[in-house]
Amino acid sequence: MRKKAQQEYDVIIVGSGAAGGMCAYVLACSGVKVLMLEAGRDYDPVTETPMFQLPKDAPMRGAGTKEKPFGFYDATVDGGWEVPGEPYSSAEGTDFRWWRARMLGGRTNHWGRISLRMGEYDFKPRSRDGLGFDWPITYQDVEPYYDKTEMLIGVYGSNEGLENTPNSSPGVLQPAPAARATELLTKKHAASVGVPVIPAHLAILTERQDAARLSRELWPNNALAQRVTEDSMRSRAACFFATPCGRGCSIKANFQSPTVLLPPAVATGNLDIITDAMVREVTVNAQGRATGVHYIDKTTRVEEHVSARVVIVAASALESARILLNSKSGLFPDGLGNGSGAVGKYIMDTVGAGVGGQIPAMENTPAHNTDGASAMHMYTPWWLYQEQARGQLDFARGYHIEFGGGRRQPGFGFMGGLSSFTDGAYGARFKEECRRYYGSFMWFDGRGEMIPNEDCYAEIDAQGVDQWGIPTLKFHWKWSDHELNQARHMQKTFASVIESMGGNVTSTVHEDGARAIAAPGVIIHEVGGVIMGEDPGRSVLNEYCQSWEVDNLFVTDGGCFVSNADKNPTLSIMAIAWRASDYIVEQLASRSL
Amino acid sequence: MDDNKKPKRFELPVVGAMDMDRRHALKIMALAAAAPSLAACDTGEPVLDVAIAPNPPMNPKAKGTAWDPDMVEPKVMWERTLSSDELASLAVLCDVIIPADDRSPSASSLGAQDFIDEWVSAPYEGNQRDAVLIRGGLLWLDRESRERFGDGLRFRDLTQEQRHAICDDICYEPNTPEHLKAGARFFDTVRSLTSTAFWTTTEGMTDLEYIGNIPQTSWAPPPPEVLRHLGLE
Repeated sequence: MRKKAQQEYDVIIVGSGAAGGMCAYVLACSGVKVLMLEAGRDYDPVTETPMFQLPKDAPMRGAGTKEKPFGFYDATVDGGWEVPGEPYSSAEGTDFRWWRARMLGGRTNHWGRISLRMGEYDFKPRSRDGLGFDWPITYQDVEPYYDKTEMLIGVYGSNEGLENTPNSSPGVLQPAPAARATELLTKKHAASVGVPVIPAHLAILTERQDAARLSRELWPNNALAQRVTEDSMRSRAACFFATPCGRGCSIKANFQSPTVLLPPAVATGNLDIITDAMVREVTVNAQGRATGVHYIDKTTRVEEHVSARVVIVAASALESARILLNSKSGLFPDGLGNGSGAVGKYIMDTVGAGVGGQIPAMENTPAHNTDGASAMHMYTPWWLYQEQARGQLDFARGYHIEFGGGRRQPGFGFMGGLSSFTDGAYGARFKEECRRYYGSFMWFDGRGEMIPNEDCYAEIDAQGVDQWGIPTLKFHWKWSDHELNQARHMQKTFASVIESMGGNVTSTVHEDGARAIAAPGVIIHEVGGVIMGEDPGRSVLNEYCQSWEVDNLFVTDGGCFVSNADKNPTLSIMAIAWRASDYIVEQLASRSL
Repeated sequence: MDDNKKPKRFELPVVGAMDMDRRHALKIMALAAAAPSLAACDTGEPVLDVAIAPNPPMNPKAKGTAWDPDMVEPKVMWERTLSSDELASLAVLCDVIIPADDRSPSASSLGAQDFIDEWVSAPYEGNQRDAVLIRGGLLWLDRESRERFGDGLRFRDLTQEQRHAICDDICYEPNTPEHLKAGARFFDTVRSLTSTAFWTTTEGMTDLEYIGNIPQTSWAPPPPEVLRHLGLE
């Protein structure tokens, strides 16, 4: 996709994923002329998704490689923890992995679709426990944007009214799909160890959207926005409960920026997109206002410049920090909008730890379809608020539990570990044992809140440039005891749930949290680095993602996060980006920008 | 949406096997995508704008590199390296691990040895380690056969009982005597790869009674016999 039809643009958006896609949709619907730059190639889920292809048709039966870490059929192309020609480095003792997805729509193409709202506590964590930072906004500020985002993208789930686990407004959620057998079994037994199981929220349509109602409610008094939104919604089918969401979705039943946000934005006539455009820096004039961006045209390897009244950086948290740090000038010697010195600071990932189990009660389960909406129908929200408040836990913040198992499609590695259950069965007995054990394995993964700290940051590596000549990032990382203790708690909890099911724990449960926790960056929820706040001396952005120092510069992606609740960030990124976009529309209209 | 305004579910053809060919799969996908529009005619709702699912012979956008492979028509991008003699030895071992029975054929008849060839020929560190383990292991197995059962005999020449005599000693590393540990690691690797190769085939998935990868008109709770089996009634 290479198009630059307009003569002049109001806004340049760097990035086409959750944040960039949402900003483009809202701005274009509002009549703003937008130019989007995407570092990766054009990508169309409708024609490119390998919907029904089987492991047997893929190289190495679909096994993960460094080029395709989540397996051959994963939607991500030109991405992963290693991107050719785009290195990064780590300080000694740091093992940070930086996931990038150089493609239209970025990581919204393969993401887990888990769409949990941050709650009231999550916006004011410091007020509750004295750690980290409070957001400059409350849940009530974002609530209408959660509703609008869920109505637009389609999120299934239920309203359970649990603590710090917000309900959606009436008429917003899609119906939750019926629980699978393994989920019901987990729910039954987990209750005995005090662990609740409720319907999960995922960005997947379980029925077709009510396009006429939703488009009217989302855009009262805006005929153009209503039309493009309604048309886009009508082009989406409901989930047919087959094929993994991580491959993308050619029938547009799940949320991806290139199927849900970009088509209606383009249909307004107000959005142009240039792909293969790797942004190097934001340019400024003598008055310190942003004038546009320099980017490398990857197809010609020549640097180009485009200009606009407003620049939105939405390149993903760490890439956005990198762009700001690389935008040095006489006025901004330490990087653009970095008078506070906070750019690159307070980066966070999610705490991750897992345990597997084999459940004898699930052996020889009668054959039945367990595909469902591909990902989880049920999950466990954080449930120990009272214990935490009473000081009974040795960590400050919560985690949720994702789990699954059962009779899933055999893929690479199938029954590879059976030897240890069968004392090395082979031959006719191996075959029999595979049939017996098939569908009896489960996994439990914790996804927990990390508290920002001074030791986790990214800086420009004075030693390196990437193949586009752009200075690279160097990462520093140190977990606090809160994260390590939480990871240990996760593993112990999962072991107790597995045992409550009469199961055998098949993973090592570590006493040392440092051995339980996933390496930083592995969960791919990195946020922070360009944090918002109330104090220009300690934060980079105000509550509208607007730079304190450069008022026509915005960073609308996860970079603005000041905490990283256990709620997977994508939904909140979109809600906050929508809120920022509304503000930009107002400011443009009043000529304040 | 009122209940009576909900699109009626369109009956899809029932597909028993999970291994639909691609054309068939896409046809069903198109039906599923278009289904609501057929029902929508009754309610006066506009027709869904998903006319037909695409069916390109390949993906023209993909660069065809390891980072951006054609996922619609996948290709293995490296040459296979095992000799025909090594493949013949592997085939015998694969069938010792997964023999034919009344539910499904043997591993070698479904090409397990060819999958292992693809695996050990791949240009990745772990695969190259497995290549050494497996190529060396095959020679080790022949030497073990000769030492135990007589000159001139390779593993493939042994009786099934003789093969089992060796494999019984190396099938479970914790029980394996020290001097056979390397053999046990070799055996375990071949067993894992054979398992992947066998169970991911159509025949393997049919044997397991895997049901899925088929478009559904709706998602139902688990069948009563499953709930009964799990004590969830």
